[in-house]
Amino acid sequence: MKRSAPTLGKDLTGLESLSPEQIRVILDTAEPFKEVSERQIKKVPVLRGKTIVNLFFEASTRTRISFEFAEKRLAADTVNIGAVGSSVSKGETLVDTARNLEAMRIDMVVIRHWSAGAAHFLASRIPSNVINAGDGAHEHPTQGLLDMLTLRDHFGRIEGLKVCIVGDVLHSRVARSNIYGLVALGAKVAVCAPRTLLPAGIEELGVRVFGRVEQAIEWSDALNVLRLQLERMQDGFVPSLREYNRVFGITRERLEWAPREMLILHPGPMNRGVEIDSDVADGPHSVILRQVTNGVAVRMAVLYLLTGDAPDLAEMARSGGAGRA
Amino acid sequence: MSRLLIRGGRVIDPGHGVDLQGDVLVDDGRIVAVAQLLAPDSAEVLDARGLVVCPGFVDPHAHLCEPGWEHRETIATGAAAAAAGGYTSVCAMPDTDPPVDDPASVGFIVAAGRRAKGARVFPAAAVSAGRKGEHLTEFGEVVDAGAIAVTDAGRAIASSKLMRLALEYARSFDIPVLSHPEDADLARDGVMHEGVVSTRLGLKGKPSAAEEIGASRDLALAAATGGRLHLQRVSTAVAAARIRQAKECGVNVTAEVTAHHLLLAHEVVASYGTEFKVDPPLRTRDDTRALCAALADGTIDCIATDHAPRHYDEKEQAFDDAPFGAVGFETTFAVLHTHLVVTGKLELATLIERMSTGPRTALGLARGTLQPGEPADIVLLDPEARWTIDPGAFLSKCRNTPFAGKQVTGKVVRTLVGGRTVRDASGSPRAASAP
Repeated sequence: MKRSAPTLGKDLTGLESLSPEQIRVILDTAEPFKEVSERQIKKVPVLRGKTIVNLFFEASTRTRISFEFAEKRLAADTVNIGAVGSSVSKGETLVDTARNLEAMRIDMVVIRHWSAGAAHFLASRIPSNVINAGDGAHEHPTQGLLDMLTLRDHFGRIEGLKVCIVGDVLHSRVARSNIYGLVALGAKVAVCAPRTLLPAGIEELGVRVFGRVEQAIEWSDALNVLRLQLERMQDGFVPSLREYNRVFGITRERLEWAPREMLILHPGPMNRGVEIDSDVADGPHSVILRQVTNGVAVRMAVLYLLTGDAPDLAEMARSGGAGRA
Repeated sequence: MSRLLIRGGRVIDPGHGVDLQGDVLVDDGRIVAVAQLLAPDSAEVLDARGLVVCPGFVDPHAHLCEPGWEHRETIATGAAAAAAGGYTSVCAMPDTDPPVDDPASVGFIVAAGRRAKGARVFPAAAVSAGRKGEHLTEFGEVVDAGAIAVTDAGRAIASSKLMRLALEYARSFDIPVLSHPEDADLARDGVMHEGVVSTRLGLKGKPSAAEEIGASRDLALAAATGGRLHLQRVSTAVAAARIRQAKECGVNVTAEVTAHHLLLAHEVVASYGTEFKVDPPLRTRDDTRALCAALADGTIDCIATDHAPRHYDEKEQAFDDAPFGAVGFETTFAVLHTHLVVTGKLELATLIERMSTGPRTALGLARGTLQPGEPADIVLLDPEARWTIDPGAFLSKCRNTPFAGKQVTGKVVRTLVGGRTVRDASGSPRAASAP
């Protein structure tokens, strides 16, 4: 595979600003990287000599480890920084933290932050590549990409697919990245949630809204089920988790009404018995673990594409890790 | 003090329907006469040909940040920046640290204002002790110390009962209650207008309904008590409509709007620029249109700067973490003149009225006209001058303006307080005496 134009530019802060071609390039680039993770020696020297900082202001297991595997399998040198036990907890500002890291001559920052716009903020202030690993309720672009890769693996296409995002869209960066990416590639996108968990003007993002999950199931080819954070109940957005499960939960009984084969995605971590029942999560419709596997490949693709001077990918993949770097 | 003749300008005194080509004579800090041709006799002459001569601007809403936030502004730098923007009187909000909620702290503001070289500074005191919204401050004592109004400044009074008591008690001293109309519970944690832009950006929104509810409640209480209500920083079309309705019913209410709420809508936040993070938030184009109409028809009586200096470091953060606020002294006239007067949406005399006589009436100040006997608080404007807003040239300590780099038409050339020049745009500010 040739490194094809258009390139991604310096940063990946969200899918909203990407063209359909750019998104396709990332998904296509992820394909050969899937194979790398299946090898005995899971390593290609694409990013040898590059230094990447994983700057996680918010707790994360899956995303942080997925990025770290992606970086290590590309032979980058990585450092993890969490908010607890670092200068951040001593009151250092985001921009000072980043500039100090820059002063140690890093190449890339993967940032997870509780504030929407934090990745954009950082990207506009430091010369290193910045990858958004989730900023508040704004975007989580690599999650959106891995969801799309998983859909494409199964259906062979994105265009024309009917995908419904079910759950707490209001607070979800995963929902926004999925909406932007899927709409860009021509999927039909819907959201389904209690009205209290839908943000104002969501329809203007090009999605339809279902009030009841039964309608969503009847319409969809795939459901992307969002985690309902337990604090949403304390905040009063839903009266009880029990009612949420009864009215909006994805259960085996509900899926039996689906007119066609239905794919179930979930970005994790799951609340079994709340937004999704175990027999669905572990059932034949579920591709939840495939998503996790694809996550590493998509992140390898993004890291590779953002590194402007990386060697040719096809050569690297063929060489099995022995090529030039 | 010597006599001063401001000669040959277009004299506009909207409070008295004056709009003539002529002269203004000042003696001993007070206006003596306004006429088409006055004899120079022994007076110093100030050539105002090609300029507009009008009452100095009165700002009903400014944050001077002292005491407690001196890295943002001090009363001295604030008064100088205000004068640079054509303001001769500003009402200082009490949201300092500690808050201005007793006679001693009011006295501190008054004294520091007297020492400052620039606009006159009039303190507003807090409605509630510590701005906690629990019980009333001593209105009588703070008024005796020099407060001209009461307000919890930027914090809505959550208790309707306390708001009622404030409006009633303020009647005894004939002062207005300046209210930030907002249902705080509904607006909590919001950082911008709730709408499609906040949805796209993943930021928590303040719904328009929060202001509509706050304004409606305050108007109902003003109607019930007969108290003098002044609604601060109106940002929604519905609140403006409610005010219009209330005025038709004879409610004793005045209202203010800022330049940024008149000119900017929420789309400008699209790339998380913290210079656009203001409270209440920038709303929709429908709202800005309705606010301009309400300003033109007098529903909204006055323009406020809501001058809120924020240090560079404070704004240099992610949007959620940056504080609300924008500076306004040194840009308000120019941006409104450019976008409302030059474009023909508003008469120049109306803009001047909303920046001088309007706030004068709302606050009950004896300033803001060119009538003989009044203090000679005068501003000279060049309506043709074109310039670019350069925050680096501000006299304010802070640069957080949403209008940086904008080309504007209309400039404050000279500001006189009590007949003395406190700001001459051709050079540095000159010393002013105490009023």
